[in-house]
Amino acid sequence: MRDGAENAGRPDTAAPAIELKGISKAFGPVQANKDISIRVMPGTIHGIIGENGAGKSTLMSILYGFYKADAGEIFIQGRKTEIPDSQAAIAAGIGMVFQHFKLVENFTVLENVVLGAEEGALLKPSLAKARKLLSELAAEYELNVDPDEMIEELSVGHQQRVEILKALYRQADILILDEPTGVLTPAEADHLFRILNGLKDQGKTIILITHKLREIMEITDTVSVMRRGEMTATVKTKETSPEELAELMVGRKVLLRVDKKPAEPYARVLEVENLRIVDEDGVERVKGVDLHVRGGEILGIAGVAGNGQSELLHVLGGYGRAAGTVRVNGEDIDLTGSRSDGQSRRARGIAHVPEDRHREGLILDFFAWENMVFGYHNAPEYQKSSWFMDNAAIRRITQEKMQRFDVRPPNPALAAKNFSGGNQQKIVLAREIERDPDLLLVGQPTRGVDIGAIEFIHQQIIALRDRGKAILLVSVELDEILSMSDRIAVMFDGRIMGERLPAETDERELGMLMAGITDTGRAPVHRPPSGLVTGNGTQA
Amino acid sequence: MDYLTLLQILDTTVRLATPLLFACLAGLVSERAGIFDIGLEGKLLMSAFFSAAVAATTGSVWAGLAAGVGASLVLSAIHGLASITFRGNQLISGVAINFLASGLTVLIAQDWFGQGGRTPSLSGDARFNEITLPFAQSLSGLPYAGQGYTELISGHSLLVYVGLLTVPLIWWMLYRTRFGLRLRAVGENPAAVDTAGVSVLRLRYTAVAIAGVLCGLGGVYLATGLQAGFVKEMSSGRGYIALAALIFAKWRPWYALFACLLFGFFQALSFRPDVVERVARIDIPGQFLDALPYILTVVILAGFVGKAIPPRAGGEPYVKER
Repeated sequence: MRDGAENAGRPDTAAPAIELKGISKAFGPVQANKDISIRVMPGTIHGIIGENGAGKSTLMSILYGFYKADAGEIFIQGRKTEIPDSQAAIAAGIGMVFQHFKLVENFTVLENVVLGAEEGALLKPSLAKARKLLSELAAEYELNVDPDEMIEELSVGHQQRVEILKALYRQADILILDEPTGVLTPAEADHLFRILNGLKDQGKTIILITHKLREIMEITDTVSVMRRGEMTATVKTKETSPEELAELMVGRKVLLRVDKKPAEPYARVLEVENLRIVDEDGVERVKGVDLHVRGGEILGIAGVAGNGQSELLHVLGGYGRAAGTVRVNGEDIDLTGSRSDGQSRRARGIAHVPEDRHREGLILDFFAWENMVFGYHNAPEYQKSSWFMDNAAIRRITQEKMQRFDVRPPNPALAAKNFSGGNQQKIVLAREIERDPDLLLVGQPTRGVDIGAIEFIHQQIIALRDRGKAILLVSVELDEILSMSDRIAVMFDGRIMGERLPAETDERELGMLMAGITDTGRAPVHRPPSGLVTGNGTQA
Repeated sequence: MDYLTLLQILDTTVRLATPLLFACLAGLVSERAGIFDIGLEGKLLMSAFFSAAVAATTGSVWAGLAAGVGASLVLSAIHGLASITFRGNQLISGVAINFLASGLTVLIAQDWFGQGGRTPSLSGDARFNEITLPFAQSLSGLPYAGQGYTELISGHSLLVYVGLLTVPLIWWMLYRTRFGLRLRAVGENPAAVDTAGVSVLRLRYTAVAIAGVLCGLGGVYLATGLQAGFVKEMSSGRGYIALAALIFAKWRPWYALFACLLFGFFQALSFRPDVVERVARIDIPGQFLDALPYILTVVILAGFVGKAIPPRAGGEPYVKER
């Protein structure tokens, strides 16, 4: 299936902007890239798609001079090019926008743009020149950013523009973007795509690395699929479908849509009234939230990261203090006193799958069997006597749970850090779900998780719902929110902007709410009437 | 307290602040590049010893200067190797350097001169002598301004003036040059520097080397300007006080100058307990005054001076990753 790329975009008389021949790279016993060949024609947008660990990032790192390939050749604009370091990549006209931005937070936009590409030993002329060029680029590509603003004052969308500006300032002809939309609102992502299309029209070549099939379908001309270090196919985007790409990525048929029955909710398990959370710096993060979740339903909370969802999850999960009322099964939960901790929450039937599994969900250096009991380590089945834990029993129980949750490899004696992202998440889920909680709080359940594992994790959460449990799902992935939730609440700036039923809304409407725009205009100053949140029906 | 006494105390303040200033600026350059430098103390000491030893042997203070700065640079190179190339723990490397300097100086001094771990006294061309600025003599008759000029501004050794000039120089370098921009960036986010195609290693080594030279000058001044020869542990914690001053100054050159002058002032006070008692009208034990700069150091390090935000990548070895 390695045909399409040759004829995509421009006529094939032109030399490819990038051609890789037989690139291989191994890290110890792991073959990250196996004999990869690819041609990207100038003036096209080429997508590279694959699961985590498929070798996309390694390939791009080789192209940007971070790693040296064990074998293979790189041709840029038809010329064989050695790329031993980033300097050489920049000289060859390659610009890279990393998933985690490489910006100096307390520098201005201007300083970040010129860093490493200054004109001379003194700063003044460089900054003046950059200022002029930035205003030209801003006009040409909708890349407006205030050059004198500090990076830390900018939104992620604007920070990303600075990264693109950095590349353009270095006169990049080839722009590589690694998972560029992960942190953006739908509106920001649309804006980014407009910028990328504008750059393409100017003859720039763009490589887009992503795991989002929708983006690939929307913006690319050709797409290459990677699986386990190999390039499995390169096809024209017009001639493929998301289903085909997903199958190529995973190597088997994948259910892209979540398969679930209509919810059968009953009594309210979680009730939150006028919840307010002030963080350590004295900033109010949650500004009076009302919501409820009934047994047998999933309430999805959509929103751009940093709008109070994390704080909400933290407080419900038992860390952090708050004002307001939270009831579980009709009984008040202590939000301020000594009983406000994860331990007492668990005793009340609240389980928590935290957003950041590396920092809050697991201790990476500890064994899987140790991780499997955290928070429940006082449970009677784990005790040998009143002084000693029954480690043999814990290992045995862990192994059973690992098998039930398809954790690979199902070896309790491996440290948590030795599992892939998806398998780590399954360990956390197994720990929390297997305790049969009444309420499951789950944050970003599939962040950094492979498509295959995503499917499994979603099924487990829905199975818990179907057993009549209440689930509060926080995710920045709109697709996930739309497919999983029985009701959707959108958070913006610490408030619930509105509630929708998945069948009656779409990404556009949710995207507007996530940006703080309601039908009646910008974000209201006062909190929305609580009826908006609590009064809706749920028969989705 | 009369005007002349005040001038004398301020004069001593400037002298005592100079080694602090050199060490503080050395720490500033190093830490702005993301390399913590606990080893300022050791470098001061090593440089003081070698400058005194070579000056005593050759009779030339310039040879002493070269030897002192060279010795400090060697320690800097060790620190760089450990913390930049081998990505070791910067605090441990710094502490090791301090121990090394503390033991090695006395050992070599004893072997070399056999005077109980000290060098012979320096005099004449083997010292940086006081420089009388033009018109100092003729202006001393004028009250206030003239006296101030003669007593306070004039009559220091060359290195004091060099130290004071280093402050604007470092400021200009940090904020007005390409090198300074990159140096500050590498202390905040080395990945940004690396992906911009600039070598993190080279930048950090350069910063550590500059720190070595500055710290070396501080040590040279200790042994050949402030005093006349090396004695055991003569740096007496100045490297640590400089670190406190650096935090107090929030890693900024001009603030560093004022912080060092403040510490210098407290050290100067301990030389004049009579003045302190007269002004404060209470009996203050001399030991307390001696301890004052150190007490101040502890207070400052305990964070009583408000929020000081160190360079974000400080203390962390740079590992390339995506």
